Amino acid sequence: MTPLALIGTAWSSIGGNRLRTGLTLLGIIIGVAAVIALMSIGRGAQEDITNRIESLGSNLLYVRPLDGDLTLDDALALVDPVFAPSVVSVAPEVSVSGSVTYRSTDTFTQVAGVTPEFADVRNFEVASGEFISPAHVLNRKNVAVLGSQTAEDLFGERDPVGVDIAISGIRFTVIGVLESKGATAFGNEDNRVLVPLTTAFFRLSGQRTAAGDLTIDLINVQADGERIEEAQQEAATVLRLRHEITDTDDFRVDTQQSVIDALSETTGTLTVFLGAVAGISLVVGGIGIMNIMLVSVTERTREIGIRKALGAKRQDILAQFVTEAVLLSIGGGLLGVGAGVVASRILDGFTLAGSELMTVFSGDIAALALAVSAAIGLFFGIYPAARAAQLHPIEALRHE
Amino acid sequence: MTAVIEVTDLRKTYRLGPLAVPVLNGVSLAVERGEMVSIMGPSGSGKSTLMNIIGCLDAPTSGSYLLEGEEVSRWGDARLAAARNRKIGFVFQTYNLLPRLSALANVELALQYGDRRNARARSLQALESVGLGHRYKHRPLELSGGEQQRVAIARALVKDPAIMLADEPTGALDTRSSAEIMAILQRLNRDQGLTVALVTHEADVARHTRRIVSLCDGLIVGDEPVAEPLRAETAEEAPA
Repeated sequence: MTPLALIGTAWSSIGGNRLRTGLTLLGIIIGVAAVIALMSIGRGAQEDITNRIESLGSNLLYVRPLDGDLTLDDALALVDPVFAPSVVSVAPEVSVSGSVTYRSTDTFTQVAGVTPEFADVRNFEVASGEFISPAHVLNRKNVAVLGSQTAEDLFGERDPVGVDIAISGIRFTVIGVLESKGATAFGNEDNRVLVPLTTAFFRLSGQRTAAGDLTIDLINVQADGERIEEAQQEAATVLRLRHEITDTDDFRVDTQQSVIDALSETTGTLTVFLGAVAGISLVVGGIGIMNIMLVSVTERTREIGIRKALGAKRQDILAQFVTEAVLLSIGGGLLGVGAGVVASRILDGFTLAGSELMTVFSGDIAALALAVSAAIGLFFGIYPAARAAQLHPIEALRHE
Repeated sequence: MTAVIEVTDLRKTYRLGPLAVPVLNGVSLAVERGEMVSIMGPSGSGKSTLMNIIGCLDAPTSGSYLLEGEEVSRWGDARLAAARNRKIGFVFQTYNLLPRLSALANVELALQYGDRRNARARSLQALESVGLGHRYKHRPLELSGGEQQRVAIARALVKDPAIMLADEPTGALDTRSSAEIMAILQRLNRDQGLTVALVTHEADVARHTRRIVSLCDGLIVGDEPVAEPLRAETAEEAPA
């Protein structure tokens, strides 16, 4: 039989029992739609995270200590027009956790000691008041800039600028509030308090190396334009020289991209996981196809006998029933793609457990779901088709 | 002249668990081109089994079967299917048409598994030769028993078979329709030289053929020419 005749035959027998065909299709439609909707959510999360990280500035490097310590001098040494010409500026950072109290309200949050460069390097703007100035750092002033979330937690709608708060029991004056940034790779950046680096050292943290140097937790490095990789190399070279390293680095320099990659990998795994969970329902749909094909083979035993008497070979019968199963699964797959696209449109912007869902539909997800459903039709169609093909013509003809 | 069919010492034994049931016990028979022969016998005589083997639907346990000079008794599924497709035209007692398909599509079905050239035109022509050219669009359930059997004859005829095998072709029909069917078979045999073998247990039907082979308990017990074959007379013989 020609492929066209096969499809025509399959089509007419599928169309012969509309209700049954519809219910069989439903299994595949739901499966494919679920795969597409869930994978679109996964993709949406991936893209959301990437966007947020990129909003921090694309020319950022992060230097973190591994086994050793990073000192304030290490940070300052990175601004070196000779050894590190691609580095524009650095913003060293120390982090402590502390309770922040205003009158009877308090909140537990991250307190970061930073320099004035921090605002530039990390793309922070103050919504009201001012940022930490060089004078504040020089004089170890007890001033604080609040993240928007922290400000809201402590003060509600009021403007906190000029008000005194207590951080770990020490009095600080609020000089500014940051603009909201949302959750990023570094956690919720809106829920934090910034104080001058020196103040954090001497009043809140006070960690020092054995040699008495001040240790810091993170150096934000701004590279010159697109020269990110050069800056990464130069920063590493400067630190290796200073730390007298011969084999393994005791620090690491991450680019923005490597952070994005690492997180993309995580959300990519999440996407695949979601797809796999939805894929289970696709398999269940496939079992539905197998079930209905087995019923169909039994019902049409006589037809198989007639076809064999007319000269149909085993592979003709096999091809006929496999074509029917694949046609069912591809038909269900196509309808499922439509349903999945609609579902991911509806879910886009839907608020779930406080966070907004973002869905990204793309053709490769649809192609994947469609290919999987066709493969499932093939897989689950082969057994019933083989049973049909193996029927003995005489017995099949006698079947009532 | 080679025989269309030549079986020699054909035996067939069915196995029902530990029980061996012999059905054919050494049948030898030759059917020449252009013959019209009936195979008669009571039920259980083995005539259907013989028909199935001749029709390449079943393989004998032992013995030789030459179909147009080719030994087919040891062929596998694919070659038997091809032989059924090209050389054998079946007509069954219960018509065995596919109810979903039109008369024309049922006839065309016979060509789907083989030579598809001009399938539609040849199928229409076959329907016309059984007097159903005008009813090609109808489905089997919209046709009378006699008409359905004529569609089945057209389906057997369309591939220009070496032999037409008819298994009780009039068994489910009334007298008038039976006469019509026999008239068509006689005409095809006479005018087109179609070789026809039909299985029946009705002596009256058998007397329309030119030779009667009698089977009993898996053995041929009689093989005689019919001196004066009955001529089926119907309106169909004078087609409009």
